[in-house]
Amino acid sequence: MTAAGGRYVGQSVLRREDRRMLAGRGRYVADVHLPGMLHAAFVRSEVARGRVVRLDVAAARALPGVVAVYTAADLNPAVGPMWATMYIGAPHPPMRPLAAGDVRFVGDSLAIVVAEDRYVAEDAAALVEVDIEPQPAVLDLAAAAAAVPGGELVHPELGTNVAGAVDAVDEGAWGAICAQAAHVVTRSIVQGRAANVPLEGRGMVASWDPWVPELQVWASTQNAHEVRAAAARMLGIGEHQVRVVANDVGGGFGMKIYVSPDEACILLATHRLARPVQWIEDRRENLLAAGHARADEATVSLALDAQGHMLGIRADHLEDVGAFPIGSISSSTGGVRRYLPGPYRIPHVSYRGRAVYTNTGGRIAYRGPWMFETVLRELVVDQAARTLGLDPLELRRRNVLVAADLPYATPTGAVLDAITPAETLEQAAEVLGHAAFRAEQVVARSQGRYLGVGMAMFVEPSGMGAGILGTDEAIVRVEPSGAVNVYMGTGSTGNSLETTIPQIVAEHLGCPIDDVAFHQGDTASAPWGHGSGGSRAAVVSGGAARAASIELNGRIRRIAADLLEAAPEDLDLVDGVVSVRGTPARAVTLADVAAAVYKRPETMPTDVPRGLEVALRYKPDQPYTFSNATHACTCEIDVGTGQVTLRTYVVSEDCGVLINPMVVDGQVSGGVVQGIGGALLERFAYDEQGTPLTTTFLDYLLPTAADVPDIRIAHLETPSRNPGGAKGMGEGGAIAAPAAVVNAIADALAPFGIEPARLPLSPSDVWELIHPSAGERP
Amino acid sequence: MAEHDIIVTVNGERRRLRVESRRTLADALRDDLGLTGTHLGCEHGACGACTVLIDDEPQRSCLVFAAQLGGHRVTTVEGLCGPDGSLGAVQEAFRQCHGLQCGFCTPGFVVTVSAFLAERPPGLSVPDDDEIRDALSGNLCRCTGYQGIIAAVRHAAAASSDGAGG
Repeated sequence: MTAAGGRYVGQSVLRREDRRMLAGRGRYVADVHLPGMLHAAFVRSEVARGRVVRLDVAAARALPGVVAVYTAADLNPAVGPMWATMYIGAPHPPMRPLAAGDVRFVGDSLAIVVAEDRYVAEDAAALVEVDIEPQPAVLDLAAAAAAVPGGELVHPELGTNVAGAVDAVDEGAWGAICAQAAHVVTRSIVQGRAANVPLEGRGMVASWDPWVPELQVWASTQNAHEVRAAAARMLGIGEHQVRVVANDVGGGFGMKIYVSPDEACILLATHRLARPVQWIEDRRENLLAAGHARADEATVSLALDAQGHMLGIRADHLEDVGAFPIGSISSSTGGVRRYLPGPYRIPHVSYRGRAVYTNTGGRIAYRGPWMFETVLRELVVDQAARTLGLDPLELRRRNVLVAADLPYATPTGAVLDAITPAETLEQAAEVLGHAAFRAEQVVARSQGRYLGVGMAMFVEPSGMGAGILGTDEAIVRVEPSGAVNVYMGTGSTGNSLETTIPQIVAEHLGCPIDDVAFHQGDTASAPWGHGSGGSRAAVVSGGAARAASIELNGRIRRIAADLLEAAPEDLDLVDGVVSVRGTPARAVTLADVAAAVYKRPETMPTDVPRGLEVALRYKPDQPYTFSNATHACTCEIDVGTGQVTLRTYVVSEDCGVLINPMVVDGQVSGGVVQGIGGALLERFAYDEQGTPLTTTFLDYLLPTAADVPDIRIAHLETPSRNPGGAKGMGEGGAIAAPAAVVNAIADALAPFGIEPARLPLSPSDVWELIHPSAGERP
Repeated sequence: MAEHDIIVTVNGERRRLRVESRRTLADALRDDLGLTGTHLGCEHGACGACTVLIDDEPQRSCLVFAAQLGGHRVTTVEGLCGPDGSLGAVQEAFRQCHGLQCGFCTPGFVVTVSAFLAERPPGLSVPDDDEIRDALSGNLCRCTGYQGIIAAVRHAAAASSDGAGG
């Protein structure tokens, strides 16, 4: 039993998504087949930067089965504004459906082939002749940031490679802090480029019927209404002339929030052809062109007094946003600054960040897009502990926010409340067996074995209560039979809302969960929403479902009061039965109430709204709802090979009231393993010409079951200030795991005096750290 | 492009197919036979989402040409359900243990695990975690962190060694 203690809320209700998915009856976009449907394939640049000298599509057009081959000359003039709704008016790179005149990254689309068959489409794509005069690729962040108009620029029309900047360094204050500090620990950190790689890549089926007129789109998206809005803008048609359906979506992790230029081409193609067009990207396209993440470098400094109390933190950050970031400039610099102090008492933060264009894949949101703040802070905290001769656990204890500090306003403007950093720190240490591990580590070192322990703490901003993400609406309706239909603008991307939203509705409406159907991701029936992302579902979407259900519960009890000749406040609505408290025999069912409402409206009380439907749009009162966690893990390093083996992994987290503990644990574990990938395996690499080196799963390495330890998850349940007490937590696993793992490696390698300065750390990277003077790798 | 007429037994049913030489088994299953439970996650044999059983052996259907399958038996994830559509023991274990989130890699895992457990000689003890992780290491999942999947294999293995499932 959890703090929620509800009939449904707080229970590990098994997922209703599962039966169809396990039976092979899921409904993904590649499973959509329409009569007369055509198939698309792209011709992509194999050069990072250069002038297009020749683009000849004649042979492709002549291939039997090919219906159309479009280039920039065909499509670009036809496209309307391509910006994401959230970023209209914000800074952005030039955007174009297809590369026109020049190419700006490997994977830049030059042409799209539409054919009767996917095999034929790919045959035709191979017949397109492309000549590109290469130019030097802009890749080095510092050099790129310094480029001037007329220099080596990714987007010559912008006159700079700097996409965005945050300047929040107070040199005077920072200088004074350093002058009084007993220690200023400074280090550089490079975080490798990662890719979201949901197992299902991007995909779309789009069908324009000019006779209705209606554009119908089946999309692999986290955000069906954004696809609707973007499609309407791009094609210059009405939003009411577009219907977008997102059925089952095979993961997104931020990759599927906005509409990419490739998807714009599919919309433009069906608009021209008035025939259904399907595009299902392959894995190479996904790795090249669906978007990249992380790709950061920074110098970070932490100032401390002689007792180890933190006085200030400073970071100078360069962030690679590639050539065509998705969603404005996709910069995380604002978030990196804002959350740099994390869950510690750090009175001063200085931060300088530059988002920089390069001739590489565009940056895109990826689970915890701002998580570099946790990497920077937690790595420098551990290094500071070693400098001071303290256990990193002890240094954290001296600085972590405790209950008496709350609410706590950070120097960067976040107000932290209803969080438990100190408590999760202690719980994680206890569950891990931190003290026993230190004893084991000493013995192991005497035997020539290198064990290490690493921790990382963070606060996670969730459930944003402002801007386009700030609201969600739920429509809850009791049908004439007493069955309940619920409609929302959320989606099914693995986040289990098809189960957890009915839990909330059944709990607060007072009906059996099996009587609730949840309809999401179809813009024809769902109220407008911003889909799934930003750890918003538990707080904002769940808050809407809860509030609408409570209102409908009240209305049902008022109507039942009339039927039962009792006072509404004396009635309970439980499991679909309204009864008089203390006299359970005096009762009517939800079906009875529904029958009265729909079939005998003339008998209804006139002071109650008609019908049994509530549509309620909810906004959390707070700008953010913070959850928090501490991660702790141990590893063993084979110093002969550089192999890092993770032994134990512990998460102590506080996401408030758990709606479904099983689902929370699944979200934590999934995020942690993505973070482990970021720490040990995943690096999207380019050579000096900007040619990608990791375009298959044999090169871009994801963690497998053999790479990950058992993950033990402990919960604290401090309710948030929101009604219902929930907090969002979907991103946290991926935020903290890289720092926890790298700290464990650094701890294991402490006898060598090594501070790893980049991640991921492959076995050869670790081996080179241990053997800095060795000529060659083993 | 040469075409081949083949007869292949899919989920116990004899199916007649005319396929181009280059048509993959995955495309034939999905597009020609409408068995869309088999998913394509990489199309280069690395992710395991498209795993099916060919004559009871797990194989990557993205790396096999349909034309090679004449006279063979293919079992897809749809074929692991009971005739009434009920979930098989492995499928049910995944549900009980939260072994799936987005569900895209799931058919490949379910088929792989079914073969892994079926291949174990009767009477052998329940596989330990290292064996389970090894058996799963050819399939990629991006959602679950594998915790629920490993638990599901343990669960299914225990059920099958108790004689409670198959």
